[in-house]
Amino acid sequence: MLLEVRDLEAGYGASKALFGISFDVDEGEVVTLIGRNGMGKSTTVKSVCGLLKPFDGEIRFRGRRIDGRAAHHVCRLGIALVPEGRQIFPNLSVRENLVMAGRVRPEGREPWTLERVLDFFPRLAERLGNGGAQLSGGEQQMLAIGRALMTNPDLLILDEATEGLAPLVRDHIWTSLDALKATGLAMIVIDKELDALIGFADRHFVVEKGEIAWRGSSAELVADPSIQEAYLGV
Amino acid sequence: MLILEQTLNGVQLGVMLFLIASGLTLVFGIMNFINLAHGSLYMAGAFTAAWVQGVSGSFLLAIPAAVVVTAALGAVLEIGLFRRFYARNHLDQVLVTFGIVLVANEVTRIVFGPVPLRMPLPPALAGSIEIVPGLPYPTFRLVVLIVGLAVAALLWAIVMKTRIGMWVRAGSSNRPIASAMGVDVDLVFAALFAVGAALAGLAGLMAGPILAVQVGMGEPILILALVVTVIGGIGSIKGAFVAALMVGLVDTFGRVLLPPALGSMAIFLLMALILAFRPKGLFPVHG
Repeated sequence: MLLEVRDLEAGYGASKALFGISFDVDEGEVVTLIGRNGMGKSTTVKSVCGLLKPFDGEIRFRGRRIDGRAAHHVCRLGIALVPEGRQIFPNLSVRENLVMAGRVRPEGREPWTLERVLDFFPRLAERLGNGGAQLSGGEQQMLAIGRALMTNPDLLILDEATEGLAPLVRDHIWTSLDALKATGLAMIVIDKELDALIGFADRHFVVEKGEIAWRGSSAELVADPSIQEAYLGV
Repeated sequence: MLILEQTLNGVQLGVMLFLIASGLTLVFGIMNFINLAHGSLYMAGAFTAAWVQGVSGSFLLAIPAAVVVTAALGAVLEIGLFRRFYARNHLDQVLVTFGIVLVANEVTRIVFGPVPLRMPLPPALAGSIEIVPGLPYPTFRLVVLIVGLAVAALLWAIVMKTRIGMWVRAGSSNRPIASAMGVDVDLVFAALFAVGAALAGLAGLMAGPILAVQVGMGEPILILALVVTVIGGIGSIKGAFVAALMVGLVDTFGRVLLPPALGSMAIFLLMALILAFRPKGLFPVHG
């Protein structure tokens, strides 16, 4: 098992948002966290990435406890985040946004370098000297994914990676993610676009009021329209 | 002749101010932390240098000593104390750092006594150089000027051209995301603080032979450095450099050309004028 989350409880200040979340991700597997806004999806991935210290529960990456560890430790172990809202560094150029995250890890697949990221997203190669804030939404999204790839992760977490993008750009992002999946990269995807997720992911976890309300494969999710009605507001 | 000489004096004061203000503006801009104790690090640099020189007789030995000691002091203060105050409001920060100023002054008085220390220059630096025929200029002031410009260029190159500089800038604009990309932001900020402290220490060491090495020497220079920081735009190295030269020149020429009461006010008039038109300073960093 690549990632195991057991009975995760977390929140902000005194208010709890997660009441015992449990899920797991296998090597090379793509899973989704789906559910309405404010149900705890982002809180869950923030806890996994080390951006939020959990109140209780366990998070294991390759069997190693990572809950409560600093974000840069978690990143160096091989978990990369494409954050909600993209959060490109506006005061760094496109090149710098990529290079700052660069990290070579000895073991594993063919490493992601600046050249490989630029081959993967040729649009970024044309805008290397631009400031991070001068990019379009789609370009920023490519940069956010490229930046995460530069850390050479084994698990990529995408929080609302297609939000607010034009349909054509969204398709391009999904195609790119397909190509990443084909390299054997495991992913956790949070997204509203259920149709795309069903075709893309292996398993799904429905997050409802800080708990996992349903789990199953894409086939099971398609087969049971009541789940979509009950939890996804479709 | 007078104009050239005073210009050199002004630029030399400017680069000294830059050495102090660069640390202050980075810490203020990036950690949103007001460090009034920055002037104490300047004083610590001067006293360390004077003491090492007094004991060893070597000015050359005093230079690394002052830089290393102030860098270490800065790191200890950041890790042990200031780090806990980044998230607090500015009043708390001013209170704790002003407390450090008072303690630092008293401790210095107890250890070194109230009499100013002397820092004699080595013979090679004590003389003057004729920069243009008929105008001798003190060698040491010229060295200060060159060192200041070199440090400014080095600092700019580190911040703008290296990965460490990228981490500093990334951490300043979005700390959590920078750490999620693998940057140990705590470590980067502690190192940044130590470098800022070392630059203040370097300024103190270079001020030693020109001014008196005495208790309380950090406060007047801190006020000038704060003026530089605010004029340049908080957090901007480039702004600190431009503003430091402006303040150095305006202060020097103000004292020469204007009546005494007005001359000492000149830089504050400059600050008021600039802030009236550019409320965030000349080179605003954030929005």
